[in-house]
Amino acid sequence: MTGRDEVGKVRFFMKVVVARAYVRVIGAQREMSWIIGDTLLPFLTVCAYIYVYRAMKAPPEYTGFVVLGGVIMTFWVHMLWSMAMQLFWEKEMGNMARYLMAPLPRPALLLGMALGGIIMASSRAVIIYLACRYVFDIHFHFNEPWLALSVFLVTLAALYGMGMTLSSLFFIAGRGINHGLMAMHEPVFFVAGFYFPVRRLGMLTATAAAAIIPATLGLDALRQTMLNAHDTGLISARLELAILSVMSVVFVWASVLMIRKMEELGRKSGKLVLSEG
Amino acid sequence: MRALHWHRETASYADYADDEQTMTTFSIETRNLSRIFKLDRAARKESGRILTALDDLNLQIHPGELFGLLGPNGAGKTTSIRILCTLLLPTEGEAFIEGMDVVKDVWKVRRIINMVSGGETCGYGILNARENLRLFTELYGIPWRVAKPRIEYMLKVVGLEKFCGVRVNKLSTGLRQRLNFARGFTTDPKVLFLDEPTVGLDVHSARQIRSFIKEWVVDHPEKTILLTTHHMVEADELCDRVAIIDRGKVQVCDTPAALKKLVQKETALDLTIKGLDPLPDSLDELPGVQSLTTNRETDRQVTLVHALLTDPEAGGELIRVMTGNGRRLMGLETSQPTLEDVFVKLTGRSLVDNNVDAAERDK
Repeated sequence: MTGRDEVGKVRFFMKVVVARAYVRVIGAQREMSWIIGDTLLPFLTVCAYIYVYRAMKAPPEYTGFVVLGGVIMTFWVHMLWSMAMQLFWEKEMGNMARYLMAPLPRPALLLGMALGGIIMASSRAVIIYLACRYVFDIHFHFNEPWLALSVFLVTLAALYGMGMTLSSLFFIAGRGINHGLMAMHEPVFFVAGFYFPVRRLGMLTATAAAAIIPATLGLDALRQTMLNAHDTGLISARLELAILSVMSVVFVWASVLMIRKMEELGRKSGKLVLSEG
Repeated sequence: MRALHWHRETASYADYADDEQTMTTFSIETRNLSRIFKLDRAARKESGRILTALDDLNLQIHPGELFGLLGPNGAGKTTSIRILCTLLLPTEGEAFIEGMDVVKDVWKVRRIINMVSGGETCGYGILNARENLRLFTELYGIPWRVAKPRIEYMLKVVGLEKFCGVRVNKLSTGLRQRLNFARGFTTDPKVLFLDEPTVGLDVHSARQIRSFIKEWVVDHPEKTILLTTHHMVEADELCDRVAIIDRGKVQVCDTPAALKKLVQKETALDLTIKGLDPLPDSLDELPGVQSLTTNRETDRQVTLVHALLTDPEAGGELIRVMTGNGRRLMGLETSQPTLEDVFVKLTGRSLVDNNVDAAERDK
């Protein structure tokens, strides 16, 4: 294997990543209906919680908790429906056979979907964040900006790594998984502590939730670094960052194994494409 | 190693050097290829626990050939293509593309193939036609400077030039199918699989597609096409050789002309009968009538009958029975035997009837 081959491989990998991410990025620009569904409605939900906390005269940082919860929730929902379900949608659209027949590196395809998804969801998250920040005059503290940034990025890596892994599992599971996801929505919102500090659930429940949902740890660490909410934190933000880093690596590695396994099983069973002739 | 090339003009293979080192590499080869599907619970009631989609399929297709797999729905055509495209594993047997094993050399095979399934659309509705084609070329690592002229050319070929900037979700199904067809050629594959490429297209578009395929194989004599179809006319018009496949097995394989010679002793009659009433069952038992296929044209309110007669004198009796009960003969002509006649002779069933049966099953 020469150096030129390696460069060619990397270039091809990146080309596929960008090509697949482009679909998502351009899609966000061309279909502006998401502004209502993906930003206005979540913003109203966040507003409702903020008014409830204010009516209860909860400590002011709770308003910030809800805003950060709304931001991370945007990524979580997007990861589930647009990343984890994506390979299934690709099959429904007739694209899966084209992808699998092409000589492209599978991880590049997943990474392209994830990157495009992150860019797409970020625009929604930023709108929710800015709207809440200025409507409710919430002040965030950036005493450790690099830690906050690292936590945010690693949380996204872990979340979307999880999505990349789930995409192959959901592909195998098929349409039935839709109902499972719908049923999981509210319980996950609850145990992830999107609207309140997760520690209030008790250490055992909170730790269990944190062990399987990267958003739980990421959100807790962000609240600590951006709102100085160390008293309500589950564990220290640095430790949470370390755990999230490990989760990211594990999920990304698992996603590579899973898509390989999915393809192998699909080729055996004949379920990679829609129908048999 | 040298390949044996198919010469379209002379309908023969090129001579190759009398050299012990010279070997024949088939562009596509299958050896005793079989595929069995385990059926789900709902399907088991009708068909048992397993379905044999392919049963000992043996094909040898040379570089430069446009080879047709002709058979009714459910014959195993699509299953064969999916195995050759590396989307499905065979249960038994082997398959090779340009000498590479589709199971062991998957990644090498994928670099040189592409496939178009007629009746299917793909890509993203949010992207326009040109962007979709670009996306699919990038999945093969083709640089934009190479892909761009190909894409522009193919858009022109399929008549999407005017719509190339229109989002695909705003295009009609037919236009999206044509876009899918264009996709198959933009990667310039060495071996191309066309699975019923004209199915669902209007007559004019189907004709355009067929003309393009004919031109393409002439312009690219080193490329191979495997085309599956249940349209005998399409197979007859396009293919250098045709394998007639039924229930997962190749019944016969030769040039269309040679295949039709199998039924040359018979006389083919085309009759046009006024009305759409079912024809009498006794027709099947008439002596001297080997096969009958019917096609009802509801817009013209006529029934077209294609009959293959082993005894030309049986024609009189056939017309007499057919025109009983007030049915009126509107047209009669002798015709050349078709690949449909070959299929009927080999299987005792009609391609059309099989397709209707399959469509009924699908419902």
